[in-house]
Amino acid sequence: MTKLADETLRTEIFPYGIASVGLSQVKRQVPLDEPPPLPPNDDLLFIGKPVPRQNGRAMVTGEIHYTADINLPGMLYGRILRSPLPHAEIQAIDISAAEHHPGVRSVIILSPPGDPQTAVLRYVGAPVAAVAAVSMAAAEEALALIRVSYKPLPFVIDMDEARKPIAPLVFDAASAPGGHPAGAPSALPLNGNVRGPSTVSRGEVVQGFAQADVIVEAEYRTQVQTHCCMEPHGLVADWRADGLTVYISTQFTAGVRHELAEAFELPLSRVRVVVDGMGGGFGSKSMLGNYGRIAVGLSRKAQAPVRIVLTRQEEQMDAGNRPATWQHLRIGAKHDGSLTAISLVSYGTAGVGLGAGVGNVAEALYTCPNFESAQNDVFTDAGPGSAMRGPGNTPGAFGMEQAIDELAERLALDPVALRDRIDPSPRRREERRIGAEKIGWQHRHVPGADAGPIKRGIGMAQSIWASNVQINSACEVRVLRDGSVQVLSSVQDIGTGVGTVLAQVVAEVFGLHPEDVVIRIGDTDFPSGPPSHGSRTTASITPPARTAAWRVLQLLLADAAVALNAPVDVLVARDGRIQVRDNPAKSMSFRDVAAGLRTDSISAVATRSDDYPGFRHKSGDAAQAQQDLGGVQFAQVVVDTETGIVRVERVVAVQDCGRPLNPRLIESQVQGGVLMGVSYALFENRIIDQNTGRMVNPNLEEYKVVGIREAPQIDVTVLENYQGNSATDAYGIAEPANIATAPAIANAVYNAIGIRLRSLPMTPSAVLAALGKVPQGNMTS
Amino acid sequence: MNRFAWATPRTISEAAAAATTLVADAMSSDPTGPGVVTVLKAGGIDLLDLMKETLLMPATLVNLQQIPGLDSIHPGEGGALHLGSMVTLATLASHPLVRQRYPALADAVSRSASPQIRNVATLGGNLLQRPRCWYFRAKEHHCLRKGGDHCFAIPGENQYHAIFDNSPCAIVHPSTAATVLVALNATVELIDAKGTVRRPLLVDFFGPPDQDIMRENNLKPHEILTAVLLPAVPASVRMAHLKQGEKDSIDWPLADVAVLLDLTPDKMCKSATVILGAAAPVPHRAEAAEAALIGKHIDEDIARQAGRAALNGATPLSHNAYKLPLFETLVHRAILAAAG
Ligand SMILES: Cc1cc2nc3c(=O)[nH]c(=O)nc-3n(C[C@H](O)[C@H](O)[C@H](O)COP(=O)(O)OP(=O)(O)OC[C@H]3O[C@@H](n4cnc5c(N)ncnc54)[C@H](O)[C@@H]3O)c2cc1C
Ligand code: SF4
Repeated sequence: MTKLADETLRTEIFPYGIASVGLSQVKRQVPLDEPPPLPPNDDLLFIGKPVPRQNGRAMVTGEIHYTADINLPGMLYGRILRSPLPHAEIQAIDISAAEHHPGVRSVIILSPPGDPQTAVLRYVGAPVAAVAAVSMAAAEEALALIRVSYKPLPFVIDMDEARKPIAPLVFDAASAPGGHPAGAPSALPLNGNVRGPSTVSRGEVVQGFAQADVIVEAEYRTQVQTHCCMEPHGLVADWRADGLTVYISTQFTAGVRHELAEAFELPLSRVRVVVDGMGGGFGSKSMLGNYGRIAVGLSRKAQAPVRIVLTRQEEQMDAGNRPATWQHLRIGAKHDGSLTAISLVSYGTAGVGLGAGVGNVAEALYTCPNFESAQNDVFTDAGPGSAMRGPGNTPGAFGMEQAIDELAERLALDPVALRDRIDPSPRRREERRIGAEKIGWQHRHVPGADAGPIKRGIGMAQSIWASNVQINSACEVRVLRDGSVQVLSSVQDIGTGVGTVLAQVVAEVFGLHPEDVVIRIGDTDFPSGPPSHGSRTTASITPPARTAAWRVLQLLLADAAVALNAPVDVLVARDGRIQVRDNPAKSMSFRDVAAGLRTDSISAVATRSDDYPGFRHKSGDAAQAQQDLGGVQFAQVVVDTETGIVRVERVVAVQDCGRPLNPRLIESQVQGGVLMGVSYALFENRIIDQNTGRMVNPNLEEYKVVGIREAPQIDVTVLENYQGNSATDAYGIAEPANIATAPAIANAVYNAIGIRLRSLPMTPSAVLAALGKVPQGNMTS
Repeated sequence: MNRFAWATPRTISEAAAAATTLVADAMSSDPTGPGVVTVLKAGGIDLLDLMKETLLMPATLVNLQQIPGLDSIHPGEGGALHLGSMVTLATLASHPLVRQRYPALADAVSRSASPQIRNVATLGGNLLQRPRCWYFRAKEHHCLRKGGDHCFAIPGENQYHAIFDNSPCAIVHPSTAATVLVALNATVELIDAKGTVRRPLLVDFFGPPDQDIMRENNLKPHEILTAVLLPAVPASVRMAHLKQGEKDSIDWPLADVAVLLDLTPDKMCKSATVILGAAAPVPHRAEAAEAALIGKHIDEDIARQAGRAALNGATPLSHNAYKLPLFETLVHRAILAAAG
């Protein structure tokens, strides 16, 4: 350890690079109170090992408690009355009959008439009023007693219609949400129903296209996908005189606490947010939600705990969705493949919400000196969108990665070879190499080569996603006098197994087993953890966990040094003992050291420090590491050209997430991402009737989600990518695992049939139409 | 879902006496009112769906599951097969006599719904289930079939709707088994509270919308469907059924086809039956396809010609013309599969 001029930092040497390519070293300056570098995974006991999920058994045996399982004494059941019309003004609302229902304890009006800010409803399913009653049946009965008179207003569902100047207006300037497709707060211009454009540009695009030898240009469309969490959105709100406790299925306990404190004017110290088991969120459970505010409002009024759990129909209509998009892409390139210009125009609709952009795939995936984009949000009278696994980049990759394949064909280059030329990422280069080998890329035939109606094809596509970090992330590690260990943070496990990963990291520090580490998470009474969105949980919370454990260990080592009469810097924790590094005989058990504590427990709280080489970007609590996350997927499909049925037989997913902490859990997330991508590519579609504004498939029967028979064989490889960035050097995996799947499938379909499917989902109807087999026009008239 | 009473009769006549109201009538009379009617329940799969959507609010459910004798499969006269109406789809699909003599039926039934549903759902309930039109299944749409004044599907989202006989109502018949049963010329047995028995052909029992827009069949109040009777099939008859859904797991057919061919040893077709499911409000006989086969040696070309002929008279809607090439393919493939 060299002391630097800055007395708070020291210099350390970290392993660096991609393990399968060859590791080098990098020097980093590390805060003095952070642990020394971890060696590569091969030299570790628990980190990087497929440790089984700690609560896996409890999950599959039904022992875990989900929010819907919570039953507090005196708890009431909340239900929400929702708009049957896509655009209407409430002229009168009468709740008196509902209030007189014997089972009802509170009724609240959510859209009071009189004020246009509250009285206008803009999608079927918008909340109108809510009741809390002693039983679900009573709540349902009470809803039916609420009398509302609606004045129907003109509405628009279809995005293309909504863009027309004559379209009915969803919002006027005063009522429209501001914002930015990429999430920045500044308000963009509003023209009719179009908010935008939000623009990015670099270089000289006109010149770039003039220099191009080849230009490809096409339009792509993606549909609305709903999150379909196995566990619906829900909470139990318990309003008491001394504070509010909310048990909620959430991706962000600490964030929900902030929202509650602000909405209900309570000090943070009097708001507690708790989550135990969670059945999925995928971006839709990052915020409190209207249903959350409603439950708290009902609880406050009724002076009793209130549970609201959405029905599947409510889930489909008003619990967020992945916005639909339309993208126009133009790409110019030289004969050698080098890109000269990219231009992107997009329109997307998140219904009454914002955030329907197509991300930064076109902007950032490939080297191209000249770039311009204009992304627009279009308001329609449909339920608001929300973030969903790889928001923006998932639809964006569907367009861009097909366009790149099309370019490769025009240039007579292999799609992998073209990417080798224009993709600067060494991670994706290695991922392409591994994936191509596994899928058998060299045996790939020319498009449409199979004889007969059943055609097979192979395709690939790439992902780009920021390495996100939440710097507002803290973790406490405690060692108790009996030698047991606890890890405490408000971070929540949304199903990824972050608790297990924390146990691995802390066990590695103490020389204990992961099973010996007790994980207490999902409760804002513990130090504030990060959200589980933006693939940032592991990157944000494991470094402070390791740092906190390391600081506690220093205290224990100091005690042990006295007891063993050895200098502290030769002591190590290993196999449940504290020992002199080169003399295992001179040791004492971890327990015995703990038994000597002056107090029942000692603890340390650590926070997420900045990445050692600094962040690329930092704003508020959020930051992004220097390197992006990659990810390359290969798909093998079979297309029946006479029925239009597409099946994905195999997906090879090669991903990276910094230092992989638990390959088993990572694999399970990648499988989930791929399945979600297959489902997006082939099946899912929110269908709204244009004449009534109602969703016709608000269930899981006609809203089609991939089933077991449509699940491909999924082959997952994860790079070890060391960057020397933090105490664990780990980043996320959830979103990158989803982004490349649909375009890989689309490129494989092209390889099978020689025809591009530029819109999603690729149903038999779409495939047969693309093949020119569907008679045109309405034959009834 | 509303509160309801539960009755468990032990005989057909008790059940028939109790069954005052057809589900179709209960749904159209007062879709929002509290339960006053009594309806029959077999496996309850369809009934529960309707009740959970509050499309149906019966006061009493008459459970048919405790009536002895309704769930047997046994040979009848002259090589016929008697299928009790309370036989579950799972039992039907795996029954050796069904698999041996009517493999197309076993195929259709084994591909319907999901294993869990097939373990509970009955043959009778399957034939009498209400259509799946998504407007019909949502309370907000008071459409023609529920006594309202217009069809939402024809000007709306009709991708899963009928391509034949689709005006004024464009439902497809929901039963996959029915496609094969109509092809097999099955008869249904109905018994009322007085013990009167009628045995119409299944094809006549079903009725298209122009006959009765609110009912899919002519079941009468106080009638119990007791059995489906399958006539013997000559040894020279070969059959096949093909179903294609968007998904293979737990999904409805976009199209399904049953083909019966009576063939000479050198594959000359003496008679042919081609029935399309998920194509029309009732299982649809593709007469032109049948005509294209008769007197011909079955080969790839003839099968393709018959596939095209099967589309004769189709009137696709705004979003379902893709069903034409799909049916063309399934008919062609089912013919070849039957001919073996
Ligand atoms: C997700 C899903 C997918 C499905 N996929 C398919 C499919 O691919 N193909 C297919 O064919 N079906 C499919 N089904 C439908 C399912 O097969 C039927 O709902 C089921 O067969 C109904 O049988 P049941 O015994 O439960 O009927 P019930 O729900 O008990 O009864 C249905 C109706 O019949 C009446 N009834 C029942 N028995 C008698 C009787 N003996 N006499 C007089 N009236 C009677 C009842 O009053 C009621 O109106 C699917 C269902 C679901 C939920
Ligand atoms: S198709 Fe028939 S059931 Fe469907 S909306 Fe039209 S009338 Fe109603």
